[in-house]
Amino acid sequence: MDTMKRIYMDHSATTPVDSLVVDAMLPFFSETFGNASSLHSFGTEAAEALSLARKQVADAIGALPEEIIFTSGGTESDNLAVRGVVPFNEGKKHVITSVIEHPAVLNTCAFLESLGHEVTYVPVDTDGLVDVKALGKSIKENTVLISVMHANNEVGTIQPIEEISAIAKEHNIYFHTDAVQSVGKIPVNVDDLGVDMLSISSHKIHGPKGVGALYVRKGTTISPIVFGGNHEKGMRSGTENVSGIVGFAKAMELAVERLADDSIHMTRMRDSLIGRVFDTISDVRLNGHPSKRLPNNVNMSFKYVEGESMLMLLDMQGVAVSTGSACSSKSLKASHVLSALEIEDEFIHGSLRISLGRENSMGDIDYVVNALQETIAKLRAMSPLAGR
Amino acid sequence: MVLYSKKVIEEFSNPANVGVIEDADGVGEIGSTIDGDIINISIKVKDNILEDVKFKTFGCVVAISTSSAVAKLAKGKTVDEAMALTNEDVINYLDGLPEGKDRCSGFALDALKMAIEDYIHKSE
Repeated sequence: MDTMKRIYMDHSATTPVDSLVVDAMLPFFSETFGNASSLHSFGTEAAEALSLARKQVADAIGALPEEIIFTSGGTESDNLAVRGVVPFNEGKKHVITSVIEHPAVLNTCAFLESLGHEVTYVPVDTDGLVDVKALGKSIKENTVLISVMHANNEVGTIQPIEEISAIAKEHNIYFHTDAVQSVGKIPVNVDDLGVDMLSISSHKIHGPKGVGALYVRKGTTISPIVFGGNHEKGMRSGTENVSGIVGFAKAMELAVERLADDSIHMTRMRDSLIGRVFDTISDVRLNGHPSKRLPNNVNMSFKYVEGESMLMLLDMQGVAVSTGSACSSKSLKASHVLSALEIEDEFIHGSLRISLGRENSMGDIDYVVNALQETIAKLRAMSPLAGR
Repeated sequence: MVLYSKKVIEEFSNPANVGVIEDADGVGEIGSTIDGDIINISIKVKDNILEDVKFKTFGCVVAISTSSAVAKLAKGKTVDEAMALTNEDVINYLDGLPEGKDRCSGFALDALKMAIEDYIHKSE
């Protein structure tokens, strides 16, 4: 029997579904299975569950239930926000975003450019903070939307959303934030942040995959990108995934309820991990902001070694993490986020993202630090760069 | 995530012939920190046979596993036989490489051939 310890530290990719979430979802597969659009009692039951879930999600972020549009997840929410506010038939519009956004925003912006719209990609500093001055200067008369993520998925840097929303408001520009990584890690309240739209994903907060939401402030004019039977007030057609939405709402409720404890727990583990790695392994750097970062994010680069090789050796020791280094046809390609942070060549290929979760323990940190020490030593012994 | 063969994982996790031959007869190095993979191969030749082949590699799973495979395949071969090794030989030895990664296999082979050319050049 395989008794190898297995430690999951890739929670920014996805999270295990909480057992309370599973319990909440189960009746909605085979008992309360109605189509929420049906007029009979089966449909009414499903519609009631949807209505409650909408309220739970809205309450968790300080919104009104009618401001929540259920989607298939963070990617669709980002697409709907960015494409939805740029009318295609009223001339060339201008959108502002940052260079470190998730591909769900960046690729949507690229699509808008292909349609003739204009996009400004605002740079970040070496800690991953958006250049707010450059953002302000890039505003034009026809700027319709600013989209800047709340916290970065790779390096965990938390953006000054309140500052950016004040600028957007001053110029009467819609402001969207992708809060997929921040919900459940730090407080997220749409009024405090001052945003008009906000994307959430269920599977990043111990909910099921394939469900999420876009918050759209009352009075924000957007167009749908999915057409059909006018579900979600016409903003997102398609029969609602009732069990998924119920699970998502439960996960949101739990995220808010446990936010303070989870945050303390993850911050302790994060700081211990960073401290112990820096104390015991040489030639390492922390990527992302030293203090304005998510409590569960550790992104480090190790000189002389490569990310995929580290990831594989750690996986062989039962530790699951991510890397920002990808290999393709004889060359290593760093993620667009790490490249934007202008990390030196010696470090850029050796990045690891370790994203903690509420089920991780300080014992896991001990194990991972040891595994890292072994991995780095083994790869450096093999590296022609080490010792040069 | 790419799926590697058991042989690739075996060569990656337990690579043979890691190191540098101090009094090497030929050395080949390819790559840069900007592009990524850096492979250094050193050889010791006796009676026209590659008596020893060692490598040091900075790079991904394929870079390390192909380096190990190339060193194993070249060791004990004559200079001409080693020069005649192909990408296909390396890929076959590793029981295949995932699509898109197959082109990476040539990198270690290039370093070996540079080392042999260095040996030939020095012997002339």
